[in-house]
Amino acid sequence: MLANLRRLFRHRELIRTLVARELKARYRGSILGFFWSFANPLLLLLVYTFVFSVILPGFRGGELEPYALFLFCGLLPWTWFASSLMESSNVLIANGNLIKKVMFPAEILPIVSVLSNMVHFLFGLPVLGAFLAYYALDGRLPGPLQPVELVWLPAVILVQLLLTLGCALILSALTVHFRDIRDLLNNLLTLWFFASPIIYPMAMVPAVGKPFMDLNPFAHLAISYQEILFYDGPFGHWKWLLALAVLALALTAVGYQLFDRLRDSFAEEV
Amino acid sequence: MNAAVELDAVSKVYRRYVPGRRAGTLKSALLGRKWSDAAPHEALQAVDEVSLRIPQGAAVGIVGRNGSGKSTLLKLMAGITRPTSGSVQVRGRVSALIELGAGFHPEISGRENVFINGVMLGLTRREIARRFDEIVEFAELADFIDAPVRTYSSGMYMRLGFAVAVHVDADVLLVDEVLAVGDERFSLKCLDKFAEYKRRGKTTVLVTHGLAMVERFCDEALWLDAGRVRTSGDPRRVLHAYIGDVETEEEHELARADQKAREAVEPVGDGGADRPPAAVEPEPAPPEEVPEAEAPTAEVAEEAEVVAAADGGPEDMFKASAGRWGDGPVRIEDVRLEDDKGAGHLFQSGARLAIRMRVNATERVTDFVFGVSIFDAAGICCYGTNTDIEHYRPVELSGAGEVVFNIDSLDLVEGTYKLDVAVHRRDGVQYDYHRLLYTFRVKSQTRDAGIYRPAHAWTFTPNIRFEEPRG
Repeated sequence: MLANLRRLFRHRELIRTLVARELKARYRGSILGFFWSFANPLLLLLVYTFVFSVILPGFRGGELEPYALFLFCGLLPWTWFASSLMESSNVLIANGNLIKKVMFPAEILPIVSVLSNMVHFLFGLPVLGAFLAYYALDGRLPGPLQPVELVWLPAVILVQLLLTLGCALILSALTVHFRDIRDLLNNLLTLWFFASPIIYPMAMVPAVGKPFMDLNPFAHLAISYQEILFYDGPFGHWKWLLALAVLALALTAVGYQLFDRLRDSFAEEV
Repeated sequence: MNAAVELDAVSKVYRRYVPGRRAGTLKSALLGRKWSDAAPHEALQAVDEVSLRIPQGAAVGIVGRNGSGKSTLLKLMAGITRPTSGSVQVRGRVSALIELGAGFHPEISGRENVFINGVMLGLTRREIARRFDEIVEFAELADFIDAPVRTYSSGMYMRLGFAVAVHVDADVLLVDEVLAVGDERFSLKCLDKFAEYKRRGKTTVLVTHGLAMVERFCDEALWLDAGRVRTSGDPRRVLHAYIGDVETEEEHELARADQKAREAVEPVGDGGADRPPAAVEPEPAPPEEVPEAEAPTAEVAEEAEVVAAADGGPEDMFKASAGRWGDGPVRIEDVRLEDDKGAGHLFQSGARLAIRMRVNATERVTDFVFGVSIFDAAGICCYGTNTDIEHYRPVELSGAGEVVFNIDSLDLVEGTYKLDVAVHRRDGVQYDYHRLLYTFRVKSQTRDAGIYRPAHAWTFTPNIRFEEPRG
């Protein structure tokens, strides 16, 4: 395990280069180019805001204002999470020729998927910041902005990174053997999205659903982002976040172990 | 001297694909079960207990038939796959030219891809920047280096991949059949690059089917057969042994194919002689009547389409695919090709060849012609003749006999040829016509072109000089 981590560290330049390649390649050939990194979350936001303000206005109750900002707090990290998992479930198979023909620690591939999606997430943050500033100046925030809370933000991001990495390692390794996972995952992620407090607040969840919500790791991430960036008051969710951090760390360790175990089978199965 | 590559009893077992065993494979992978324990039908021993030691600075060529484990051995040396058992030790930086341009991203420019590929092969960005111009110059892509790689031709793609890989400056260079890159001139440049590596005391391991390349470039050759080292050492000796083995196999293969072609046209049961004599066809062309304009038809060359027919035969014999026609009283029962070493299917260009036909007449016949023609793989008639054209007047034929067509010097260029043999009446009615049923292969040291090699010699005036011809 330690030896693996050391080797991974030696390959940091490769990881950086591959992340840069992903980012460059994604929008190459489009007119807006890199601007899509900002435009994509905005457009997604527009769609959801339209649906829940114009088509289904009754859905969210009255008190969630400004709704676009609330939505953004959950949607942005969700996009990072879901895209990372979708991509990493396919990444070993798609890059089969690298695994078969080049000496190359395979875990780099899912790691690159997670990291490049994280970069997109980070590019989305300034957009979120702009929203925040706009509503703050407009005086429409539910409470005054508390910059102290923002110090929690890197911690939340780190926990999400760990959780996503753990899931990505497990998924990428298992999909090599069970390609069914790719299709299953697609639907599972849709369910997961609606089962997380992203488009609705935690407060709307009925008492029956609450224990299930507590078991949903992404719910705690979403709530953390919302408490820091949307709701006023001190960041009260930190105990959950801490527990999630421990879980994420364990998941990553287990995931890496599993990946390492299956490593030799990749070159033959992809 | 230190060994650059050392393999000790290395084996690699691949699992065969067994449908419906997906869960099983995951379980074994998780439990770290070795495939060597698997049932034989599930396992494929790609490399079997190979031990070898390649000294630093040596150039070693690995030859062997398809599926003999050459590429697996190279991948084991490169560390891309781990051995099932045994140990692999490689000293120094390795560059594996196994898949050129692996990891090139089609959407981004050649320039960026050079950096990515270089990093993938273990260089730092600074090292790549230092070698960048050299790489681009070597790949001859200066004008295109900023275009996305998806716009490259496959040759450009391979050249760039090759250029990056050889500029890694590895201590051990592992090359898998990648010299088919670019034109003749580029191949020469690659060879120069390898030679330069060798001069600088680097180790090269080359997997190739280009035997000439091994002979010219390598200090040592290794013949891998079914995952085992058959023999190794001096390239000339190893290659000679290998070629001999390949020819034996080829001989068996041709014999089998011939056998199959004949079985396909042989009527089941009796000899097919129960049909009435064939109606007289308007000239089922005896071999000499090849109209010049008659383009060789593709199907003639195909072995696949074998017609079992005992009728009068097609309109134009030379357009027909393999088959056997005619049910006259004279049968050709067996055809054998022989050189001085005996019967076979492989012959050296320029050697003696005898076509030996065993014939049998069920009744006394006074009108008969024997004919022979040779076709190349494209269906072009290389030569055709018969006894009638050569003024043999038939008198009498009865019972069993033998007809031998002797060729003193088989002056054909290298290639695969097929044979028609026939016995027919002088008016062209077939007794027994064997169309393309016999295959033989001509081997030659000379890579000349065409079909026919006339006996020839070059002479020059004294002001035109050449080096002494080699070997």
